[in-house]
Amino acid sequence: MANIISDETIDYVGILAKLELSEEEKEQAKKDMGSMLDYIDKLGELDTEGVEPMSHVFPVKNVFREDVVTNGDIREEILKNAPGEKDGMFVVPRTFE
Amino acid sequence: MAKQYETVIGLEVHVELATKTKIFCGCSTAFGGDPNTHTCPVCTGMPGSLPVLNKQVLEYAVAVGLATNCTITQYCKFDRKNYFYPDNPQNYQISQLYLPICRNGKVEIETEKGKKFVGIHEIHMEEDAGKLIHDEWDDVSLVDYNRSGVPLIEIVSEPDMRSAEEVIAYLEKLRMIIQYLGASDCKLQEGSMRADVNLSIREVGAEEFGTRTEMKNLNSFKAIARAIEGETERQIDLLESGEKVVQETRRWDDNKGESYAMRSKEDAQDYRYFPDPDLVPIVIDDAFLDGIRAKQPEFREEKMARYKEEFDIPEYDIEIITGSKHMADIFEATVALGSQPKKVSNWLMVETLRLLKEKNMDPEDIRFSPENLAKLIGLTDAKAINSSVAKEVFEVMFDQDVDPEKYVEEKGLKTVNDEGALRRTVEEVIANNPQSVEDYRNGKEKAIGFLVGQTMKAMKGKADPGMVNQLLKEFL
Repeated sequence: MANIISDETIDYVGILAKLELSEEEKEQAKKDMGSMLDYIDKLGELDTEGVEPMSHVFPVKNVFREDVVTNGDIREEILKNAPGEKDGMFVVPRTFE
Repeated sequence: MAKQYETVIGLEVHVELATKTKIFCGCSTAFGGDPNTHTCPVCTGMPGSLPVLNKQVLEYAVAVGLATNCTITQYCKFDRKNYFYPDNPQNYQISQLYLPICRNGKVEIETEKGKKFVGIHEIHMEEDAGKLIHDEWDDVSLVDYNRSGVPLIEIVSEPDMRSAEEVIAYLEKLRMIIQYLGASDCKLQEGSMRADVNLSIREVGAEEFGTRTEMKNLNSFKAIARAIEGETERQIDLLESGEKVVQETRRWDDNKGESYAMRSKEDAQDYRYFPDPDLVPIVIDDAFLDGIRAKQPEFREEKMARYKEEFDIPEYDIEIITGSKHMADIFEATVALGSQPKKVSNWLMVETLRLLKEKNMDPEDIRFSPENLAKLIGLTDAKAINSSVAKEVFEVMFDQDVDPEKYVEEKGLKTVNDEGALRRTVEEVIANNPQSVEDYRNGKEKAIGFLVGQTMKAMKGKADPGMVNQLLKEFL
């Protein structure tokens, strides 16, 4: 494996992803991430000199909506996706900055 | 000698756009809906939902960019800003990092120290987050996603401002431009305009910038001015005592008049921006730009110059009236209906401003129509009502936009032009107030005022004071 993931990196990625990993999980994640990066490195072999970065596969541009209200009140449906519900709102663990 | 410092300030201003629908879905942006009644799979971040850009958002953003002398990015894209917070259901905010819609602009501001330009680094489009409410009872947080996906533009200035006065002049300038465009009502108190202040200090003459802090939670011009003063002092104290300013985000508490650190650079977030693959690139051609240019309104400076030419009203009135697009619209429409400009201006400058202040409202909240104001002026011009009745009617009109003609008719407020009735009342008043009559005859001019008042009272206010005055003098 060409890409070696350090402990610091895996800890940092864990913080960003808000994941608490056990020691075994960390080792596994380091291996997985390393092999993913190796796979992606394959692309680095191509000569991309002068090629614009691409963010879309299809040559589509300027897809717009008109500013017209098309959606009604579907709160009941939407709240079915909530982990919990109270007073018409999503209940989440207590969060504040 | 003590060191001389200067304050260096740059602003990040978020403005909520006045669209009917959200930026990426057809949900309403109306205020006051019950929680989550303006939501759909897109703005609650459900997997598989697909955002589509509201064209009006792009038009507003470009219009603001052109009005602030920006270069429009004719090939532009959206990016994902990744972070976890429950008010952000996708776990990313759709924003613009790499190719913001507008760049390199500037606006001219004026303070007591004169005129100067403030540079605009960029303007980008993004979506607002939902609202988090903390439920003390159950010790949980509750989320309302009605605001999630409401369109915002963020206007990032260059660090060109040096004082609270300049910051406020800059914000006023932006507010005027945006209100005139109709792109937002820009209310700081209600959060449709939010300003974050980036501030650092350095010794006068220094080339390098000092370490800056970012101040949040500023919801009035006064709070902004106080926060700038407070933060300048805090940073000077730190440097003077040999300490360092830490780059961090601070929250201003306007009641306490102090700020506290929210998060420092050590745990600064890494947003891992990348292009949003769900949204296709925007290619703006010259025809689109020309279309927006053609629709640009007459801005405040142009309007002020025209008023000076066209209307015989004081410069101060012009400044106040054009200080609100809505008020200027009412002024012009009322004048167009045939009312004399000076009279329209008086109603706006005196009674309207008084009531706005009393009711703690903004000029943008004025509800009465130009038609009704013109009718009211017509009634006073025709002497159908006297000035105190007119003020009374105006108050009702201010609250409920009633038709003054109908209202005066219904309430029987018309001035009594029946001279016979008026003569009888005047005679009675003279008979009942011998002391005042004597005072007047003895040269106490003021005594007549009391008699006019008594007559008006007897006529229930429905007489023309000029006529009453004249009749009284005749009798006396």
